[in-house]
Amino acid sequence: MSEATPTHGDTARIVRMTAKQLADAIGAGDVSAAEAFAAYRDRAAADDLNAFTWVADEAPPANGGPLHGVPLAVKDLFCTEGVPSQAGSRILEGYRPPYTATVVKQLADAGAPLLGKTNQDEFAMGSSNENSGFGPVRNPWDRERVPGGSSGGSAAAVAAGLAPWALGTDTGGSIRQPAAMCGIVGLKPTYGSVSRYGMIAFASSLDQAGPLTRDVTDAALLYAHMVGCDPCDSTSVAHPEQIALPSAERLDGVRIGVPRDRLGEEGLDAGVRAAFDQALATAEGLGAHVVDIALPHAAHGLSAYYVIAPAEASANLARFDGVRYGLRRDEDEGLLAMYTHTRHDGFGDEVKRRILIGTYALSSGYYDAYYGRAQQVRTKIADDFRRAFGACDLIATPTAPTPAFGLGEKTGDPLAMYLGDIFTIPFSLAGLPGISIPCGLSAGLPVGLQLAGPAFAENRILDAAYALEQAIGFAPLEIA
Amino acid sequence: MATEYEPVIGLEIHVQLKTRTKMFCGCPLSFGDPPNIHTCPVCLGLPGALPVTNARAIHYGLMIGLALESELAPRSIFHRKNYFYPDLPKGYQISQFDLPLCSGGRLGDVRIHRVHLEEDAAKLVHVGESGRIHGSDASIVDFNRGGTPLAEIVTEPDLRCAEQAREWLNLLRVTLRQLGVSDVNMEEGSLRCDANISIRPVGSDELGTKTELKNMNSFRFIERGIKAEVERQTALLRAGEPVVQETLHFDPRTERITSLRSKEEAHDYRYFPEPDLVPIAITPQMLEAARAELPELPAAREERYRATLGLSADSAKLLADRAELAAYFESVLAVDSPEPQAVANWVTELAARLDEGDPAASKVAPAALAALIGLLSSKAITVGAARQVLDKLVADGGDPEAIVDAEGLRAMGGGDELEGIVAEAIAANAAAAEKIKAGNMKAIGPIIGHVMKATKGRADGGEVTRLVRQQLGL
Repeated sequence: MSEATPTHGDTARIVRMTAKQLADAIGAGDVSAAEAFAAYRDRAAADDLNAFTWVADEAPPANGGPLHGVPLAVKDLFCTEGVPSQAGSRILEGYRPPYTATVVKQLADAGAPLLGKTNQDEFAMGSSNENSGFGPVRNPWDRERVPGGSSGGSAAAVAAGLAPWALGTDTGGSIRQPAAMCGIVGLKPTYGSVSRYGMIAFASSLDQAGPLTRDVTDAALLYAHMVGCDPCDSTSVAHPEQIALPSAERLDGVRIGVPRDRLGEEGLDAGVRAAFDQALATAEGLGAHVVDIALPHAAHGLSAYYVIAPAEASANLARFDGVRYGLRRDEDEGLLAMYTHTRHDGFGDEVKRRILIGTYALSSGYYDAYYGRAQQVRTKIADDFRRAFGACDLIATPTAPTPAFGLGEKTGDPLAMYLGDIFTIPFSLAGLPGISIPCGLSAGLPVGLQLAGPAFAENRILDAAYALEQAIGFAPLEIA
Repeated sequence: MATEYEPVIGLEIHVQLKTRTKMFCGCPLSFGDPPNIHTCPVCLGLPGALPVTNARAIHYGLMIGLALESELAPRSIFHRKNYFYPDLPKGYQISQFDLPLCSGGRLGDVRIHRVHLEEDAAKLVHVGESGRIHGSDASIVDFNRGGTPLAEIVTEPDLRCAEQAREWLNLLRVTLRQLGVSDVNMEEGSLRCDANISIRPVGSDELGTKTELKNMNSFRFIERGIKAEVERQTALLRAGEPVVQETLHFDPRTERITSLRSKEEAHDYRYFPEPDLVPIAITPQMLEAARAELPELPAAREERYRATLGLSADSAKLLADRAELAAYFESVLAVDSPEPQAVANWVTELAARLDEGDPAASKVAPAALAALIGLLSSKAITVGAARQVLDKLVADGGDPEAIVDAEGLRAMGGGDELEGIVAEAIAANAAAAEKIKAGNMKAIGPIIGHVMKATKGRADGGEVTRLVRQQLGL
């Protein structure tokens, strides 16, 4: 194992590389896959952010794929064969699935060894990672603050150099928002472009896997190996374009739409606003045209989301009943007692809240008023975007209205918490891709810029994000 | 005078489709295998698993829709039907709701309301003496059955009595069997039937309060169950008590009906569109493929046999219900167009000798049966002799003409030989002859019997009667 035990200097060099740089270094023989794995495994095992819920002991046998030797952190809700996959919930404590999610398998086949499973809000329900059944994750920029959520463990691990990159999932903002709060890049792809098979479901019509990375190039590299039509996921489709590594230096002629009416929202932090305006000015400096667009129905997005997502969740979470796997309570007291006690003890408050909301919204007599109406709003929002993309190529907003907030600051006020996803949710409802890149600081905390585009416009988004990334020159967190 | 009541009955039939794999995963279908060997993350409802629709099940659904003259939806979707039960691993059943694959239709004199596709639940085994959930020591789950494709066929309330319900269900069964989409075996549960039952005063157009009767797992129990429920409702109304809308359980052993749940206890299934599946869009190619596999169905075949071939109602129904008999019947007809009713009769004779077997697999070639019928219609042999030849054919096969010659079965003409035998028979049965002379023709039996015995059945019965009357001077 001597080869796999790098010196302190080697470790520092390895963990400061982006994933692409590490892949290149391994390819060139400068760093061995074993060294890379050992470096990250040791850091992940020493994690004091509570970002990981499980860390691998050793790498699987190397296979020499294009991502050969670049360790991958995976959000807990991806099923990984024989490895705890608990979706942040006590109801799945110790659950080790008999199969691996398609996207994790694809990345393993491409050579990326599983480094560990990352903490998350329970069943991806949350925007702060405080809803995890395994404790909150700390933001490496300020340990008294949240990392965002629900992919908070993945974002914190990447930002703190505990992993070169990570998989997250985004239902209403769960990749983009923690990426913004941790000063890294997060891509939420077009719905259907990445298989959902093996992702423990929150809201099936919204859930989408995506990369959390140090930079835009890494996001493109990881995403390029995630796409694909999966025969096990009927809602997956082949991406019409080959995903390319971005190279644009200019944004000449690119029309960036800004929904000005949406920026008047109450609660938009002044520092966030300033960083966002500065990013737009930078884009213009690169040749982009910033144009005003209207998204008249986007204001209803949050309400529609908090009907549709809980409705789907109420059904998706019905399988956690104590019969086949996970927690089981009081089986000797009869079926109803087993069901109710298992679910009472196994689910956290936010999950229960959403199951109740969703169950209510689908109930006979309320369906049309809630679920039916929310689906109509969803259609209207998609129409808004279709119209808007007639007048612009990309849409820009702040990713989140505020930078990372303090641990415990919003836990008593679910609605305030929900408002954190106000800029990301409309795109999720329309199934559209969006990226968050760091665009500055507000009171010393990172601010995210969201760039979104039409379905399957990932290449366009990645190119623009790359050009802006180079021009902005955001200084990431120093990896200690 | 007491009010006369009329039952109004509609059926809900669940049919397991005979696909190779389950409705939403690749596990093979099975019956009677050791428990929980045909399972996977999808049909176990493991976290993260996703369903994928079985194209063959859709194909079978379309065939059923075409056979029942339903309207086929160009676009239909699956819904989630939410309820908790240990045999339902996801906590919801993937079924169809407001956009089923097939709407409307008709089979025989019963209108079809709809046909939709769904997945079967797993099987609960209740450990303990009762075999039912109440009073059992424990319940264990076998997921082999879970996810088997089901077609649910719902009729309009067009049935008016238990016998009619049973008869119609049999027509549906033979139709589905001939479609080749299901084993339709009630004992094995590949055909299951619930009945919605109400009664109303004869002449009324309004529907009474209905009850749903479950668990009738044989044709006999369906008829008995419906009868018992109609009697129960009639007694209630006669006593001035209302029928309560509820779901009922029929116990075939005691023939007692017990309540499973009332309307107030009914589930709110919270149906919503299944987001894990894309809509089923029926293409012209899919429809064409379904149409191409559609055989002639029992009802149409029965009608054709009656109207075009002039078969009796009984013969037409028997042949139409059993596709293998019909196929054999038609291959005999094709030999040299014998008289269809005669062919039907002799196919029936043959079928009776083969138990449930397929005549095509017997030793009797269609050409041999046609030749036998030819010998009979040319009066070369008698009916009795023909039956003997058929017995021989069933046992050993061969050529009827050769059998007739070898066994000496050729019919006798009316000549001197027969006259002599008739005279002997009269002499040997003097008492009978006296009765006949006294006007009692029914007494001729022993005399004819004597002649037939003496001629090994080769004599023509009509000719013998004529000769008896002649010789007795009548």
